[in-house]
Amino acid sequence: MIFASEDSIATAQDLASNEATARAEERLEAELGKDLLRFSTAGSVDDGKSTLIGRLLYDSQNVYDDHVRAVTRNATIDFAQLTDGLRAEREQGITIDVAYRYFSTPKRKFIIADTPGHEQYTRNMATGASTADVAIVLVDARKGILDQTRRHACIAALLGIPIVLAAINKMDLVDFSQEVFDRYHRDLQALARQLEIPELIAVPVSAIDGDNVVHRSQRMPWYDGPSLLELLETVPLAIDRSNAGFRLPVQRVMRPNQDFRGFAGQITAGTVHPGDEILALPSGRRTRVRSITTWDGDLDVARAPQSVVLTLEDEIDLSRGDMIAAVAAAPLKTTHFEATVVWMHSTPLRPGATYFLKHTSQTVRARVVEIRSRIRVEHLEQHPAQQLALNDIGQVVIETSRPILADLYRDSRATGSLILIDPTDNTTAGAGMIRNITDREAGNLDRATRGLLVIGNRAELALQLEQSLLQSGALVLRTHVPTSPALVAIAHLGALVLIESDSAEPITFTAVRGADTTPRELAFDKPDEIFNEVQRLGTIPTGEDDNDNGLGI
Amino acid sequence: MTATATDRLTHMQLLEAESIHIFREVASEFENPVMLYSIGKDSSVMLRLAQKAFYPSPIPFPLLHVDTGYKFAEMLEFRDRYTAELGVKLIVWRNEEALADGANPIKLGTQRCCGLLKTQALLDALRDHHFDAAFGGARRDEEKSRAKERIFSFRDSAGQWDPKNQRPELWNLFNGRIGPNESIRVFPLSNWTELDVWHYIHLEKIPIVPLYFAKPRRMLVRGDALIPVEQPFVQGLPGEEQWVKCRLRSLGCSPCTGAIRSDADTVPKIIDELMGMRNSERANRVIDHDQDGSMEIKKREGYF
Ligand SMILES: Nc1nc2c(ncn2[C@@H]2O[C@H](COP(=O)(O)OP(=O)(O)O)[C@@H](O)[C@H]2O)c(=O)[nH]1
Ligand SMILES: [Mg+2]
Repeated sequence: MIFASEDSIATAQDLASNEATARAEERLEAELGKDLLRFSTAGSVDDGKSTLIGRLLYDSQNVYDDHVRAVTRNATIDFAQLTDGLRAEREQGITIDVAYRYFSTPKRKFIIADTPGHEQYTRNMATGASTADVAIVLVDARKGILDQTRRHACIAALLGIPIVLAAINKMDLVDFSQEVFDRYHRDLQALARQLEIPELIAVPVSAIDGDNVVHRSQRMPWYDGPSLLELLETVPLAIDRSNAGFRLPVQRVMRPNQDFRGFAGQITAGTVHPGDEILALPSGRRTRVRSITTWDGDLDVARAPQSVVLTLEDEIDLSRGDMIAAVAAAPLKTTHFEATVVWMHSTPLRPGATYFLKHTSQTVRARVVEIRSRIRVEHLEQHPAQQLALNDIGQVVIETSRPILADLYRDSRATGSLILIDPTDNTTAGAGMIRNITDREAGNLDRATRGLLVIGNRAELALQLEQSLLQSGALVLRTHVPTSPALVAIAHLGALVLIESDSAEPITFTAVRGADTTPRELAFDKPDEIFNEVQRLGTIPTGEDDNDNGLGI
Repeated sequence: MTATATDRLTHMQLLEAESIHIFREVASEFENPVMLYSIGKDSSVMLRLAQKAFYPSPIPFPLLHVDTGYKFAEMLEFRDRYTAELGVKLIVWRNEEALADGANPIKLGTQRCCGLLKTQALLDALRDHHFDAAFGGARRDEEKSRAKERIFSFRDSAGQWDPKNQRPELWNLFNGRIGPNESIRVFPLSNWTELDVWHYIHLEKIPIVPLYFAKPRRMLVRGDALIPVEQPFVQGLPGEEQWVKCRLRSLGCSPCTGAIRSDADTVPKIIDELMGMRNSERANRVIDHDQDGSMEIKKREGYF
């Protein structure tokens, strides 16, 4: 009898442990199938950002009991304190620095950056927003859109966050009024249009009570849309926002022995396979990928943002700061460009000041040669400025001591972003997004903008483009002769050929080198937009080792 | 991890890629980095990521273990065996002076004891070896002040953290510029959660100290707490010492780390247990509860 019962206990335990193992494996499988969404909060101080995040975590059962106990006073949970983790923050009841929180639902995994609202801490807001896929902008239903709301929305837009969720908060304090919601929703849509934010979705919430945070509210029958969490679980992911071709900035050269020489880095855009033809930049030499080496074995394919080691077919000299890129759409080699800068240092940015500039894995000396404008957040207009003070946003022209290999920020976050480091105190003084690459040395065939641009009957546009391209150093030929082999040959020599005609045909650009030589229709009509696009598509940095014979064959 | 057939990388692959990028940045930008090795599960994951980051080259920096003198014997044994097997360079540092004076948590209280045996020892070790960057395995999901910390966390020449004045950190452009005697603490696992760490250990079959797995152990049973019997100064009342099937959820010093009752003797069972947990992993650590914000205070002073 005794033996029998011990046996059955053992069996029951085995069963429980098998069940535990099965449950865990099922859960891990599910975890691997989930997307990861990064979002950040934004909005003025006291709009309820931290409370909202606390509520989101609590109602989705993502807070441990001991953490809840620690912020419960007189049976009321202080939701903001679930994220405000610094002593100074709890003492002052404000958020000073960004707090990162992690949670998951059966649908997705999330990384939240809860950011501070005070103007003084704007740089911390930008820190949190720089890696976000979605921004939640909070608006206090009693106050509407404030300067700080505008500033944060502006930074979110500049950082290229494609989706903004607007939480009109504290609806409990305005009697859950539809009219209030509609008014601020309209204001926000107008703001989104002005800032060119692709998508803004507004939700009426009460963060403190949880209405429309995780669960849909019963108290606003006029709203039949999804809760904030439902939106977060379903908005499309911008997994690969980058339009650029394959790029791998070289972080480090791996040379464990005489027989192995590999280039380590994180792929910032695109995919790569063994055998792919690539450009080694800045030299411009072409070769092929021999292997994608990792600790887990060689790979058949690797894609952004994997960290890998590439070996190449030919012995090519590449070091930290250089880049391996797709031949078809290589980044530009530049020492002179325009950037939008968010200034983060107490000493204002003035023309002529020099900094260290970090871009991908390269750090160079840089000088801000000109401040083009400053954005006034009250009206979001550009104004001339002599300097950029702490938390200002403006357009500047930067010159670097050595070339960097860059893309425009809108095409590729990783290769279009930079930070400026103060050389005296080593702090991060500014964050920049490259808007326009402007250096073209006249007659520099290596760097020339080459191709055929069909303009049709837009004579005024042709004139403007001719002027700005010539000013930028490009070799331009403007003609009424239709596309011909002779014009293609001229383009191959390093010229940009502007072809006019009498018809209203679409504007097209044909690059004459690289893989993509089919005419591309340009969806722009402003001269500077076309200018940028032509420079992007038509400029291929090459070098003395380049094996191009000048005729593209 | 091998890439899956689909176009999308799993969140584990994303975290791995980010951590490897961080390791490589530090090794390339600093003259003399070191990796803090605490022997715990997070350190085990960090070590694997470091191997991957530099493959096929060896890990280009040493490991540093700050030994308080009160670590579990099983931890030290694991440390010596595993680091020898991997062929990595290990530096062990102890505050011998304080230990000779008989420093222990019962005599000094946990705060002063940690201050001497952990923080002081760490700062001395970093200074003595002139390390300019130190990797730590801390995760932002562990504790509220850690949730605030940058991936590259600047320390002044006294090794202190100023949480109200951290460097902005945008995208993955890390600013590693420092002046003489200043340093950077680097947290490659910042964005990993406790579940992610276990998940990775499971996927990668990473060896961990057996103390994480449940088995019958001699414990002092005091209310809900299970206090390991390892040090002579940890004395039980009559009847307190019992055999209990239990495991450790996080590894610290034996007098200050409580065990939990558990049947989880494999990684999947630990994960299953974790999914049902209502309390955070540090709830069993005595040191975090000394006073409100005690982790922040320790961190400001130089603790990891
Ligand atoms: N009545 C009401 N109060 C709220 C709501 N959300 C936040 N609050 C209060 O507003 C104040 C500021 O909230 P907090 O989350 O710290 O704002 P933050 O500065 O944007 O992070 C706190 O006192 C909150 O309790 C809400 O939906 N309704
Ligand atoms: Mg807040």
